[in-house]
Amino acid sequence: MPPQKHDLINQEMQDLNDDGIDRRGFLKCMAWAGTGVIWTMSGGVPVSQVFGKSLNSGKPGNFSFAQISDSHMGFNKPANPDVVATLQAAVDKINGLATAPEFLLHTGDISHLSKPDQFDTVDQVLKGASAKDVFFVPGEHDVLDDNGASYLARYGKNAQGAGWYSFDHKGVHFIGLVNVINLKSGGLGSLGAEQLEWMHRDVTPLKHSTPIVVFAHIPLWSVYPEWGWGTDDSEQALGYLKRFGSVTVLNGHIHQTMQKVEGNVTFHTAMSTAFPQPAPGQAASPGPMKVPAERLRNVLGVADVNYLRQPHSLAIVDSSLA
Amino acid sequence: MKKTAIKQLAMGLIVAAILLATSPSVKAANEASSATAEVKIDNFSFGPQTLTVAVGTIVTWTNRDDIPHTIVSTDGVFKSKVRDTDETFSYSFTKPGTYNYFCSVHPKMTGKVIVQ
Repeated sequence: MPPQKHDLINQEMQDLNDDGIDRRGFLKCMAWAGTGVIWTMSGGVPVSQVFGKSLNSGKPGNFSFAQISDSHMGFNKPANPDVVATLQAAVDKINGLATAPEFLLHTGDISHLSKPDQFDTVDQVLKGASAKDVFFVPGEHDVLDDNGASYLARYGKNAQGAGWYSFDHKGVHFIGLVNVINLKSGGLGSLGAEQLEWMHRDVTPLKHSTPIVVFAHIPLWSVYPEWGWGTDDSEQALGYLKRFGSVTVLNGHIHQTMQKVEGNVTFHTAMSTAFPQPAPGQAASPGPMKVPAERLRNVLGVADVNYLRQPHSLAIVDSSLA
Repeated sequence: MKKTAIKQLAMGLIVAAILLATSPSVKAANEASSATAEVKIDNFSFGPQTLTVAVGTIVTWTNRDDIPHTIVSTDGVFKSKVRDTDETFSYSFTKPGTYNYFCSVHPKMTGKVIVQ
């Protein structure tokens, strides 16, 4: 991984911890150690700890889920000529986790070109996951040409509008948002008025102590607007979540891990299972980044998210496919 | 008298036809109707970003990225299907004007065709 990426993370990180780990040194260490990071949310104060596997220790009410993203089924360029194999590797990784995730989230760009056979292949590979339920949100590659009609027909049976929905799992409220439809010239990702209104209504009855997980394809924070890595009206969506003690925002799209903590909100982007993209501004464009074949699986991966009932905390562990 | 008039009219038509065929302005118009211009898509950008062409020019966009793009007029005048690597889209500009367009997949990508 290029060092610039970690410099950027360091600049955006707020050192809110008193865990005795120097964050700058910790992240730099991670970069070459190829290990993962855990974020634990506790009363709005994030606590980081070194990657450990026995996080849940089987306490009742605790659970974990895994996030996969950007499988780009159908992509066959030199950056990764076999995206089926790397998606399969992601499923193997998930199946090998010490605590079995109870479901999967796919944060979009399931397919590369919105083709039925591409969606079919992903569905087929994901059937091999130990977790049987998969919750999807679309990426821009899933809604090409037909403005999302075929995506909705396949994945949107329980969804509203362009495919947004919410559900509850063991006391945690999950909200899947769509920010890849009706994009305006010169703009970023967009949620739109109808979806924002729905979201406002959706969260209104919830207690402020309810842990919230929001997932969408394009980052809901301004990662790098020059490359379109942000969402024009995400501020409004995040405004509805200000009163909640624990909010976790999971995104894909940028094919690399980035994290930011702002008050009670933890933002996290997942790696792709298909190909890496350059760190912001470190290439002529955000196109696929070619790395040596033996390095590829170091820059692809999955995110494993653990929820601890006491003290209502969420922890994210990123694992590469290597 | 009648015969002469017809003869004169016929002569006039022949002269007119010759003038029409050889006139420089008509020739230019014929050339413009078959003119072509290219826009390349490289690194998530349209090049040239602003293209100026004569009325009747057929503009062809070629996607040279590893990622699919679209070419969509901001005012709904034209809209390509998604174009994967090396795929093209052509549009014939028959009316003068300024045509702003963008990639609906990556809306930060914008371009302009000025037709004169």
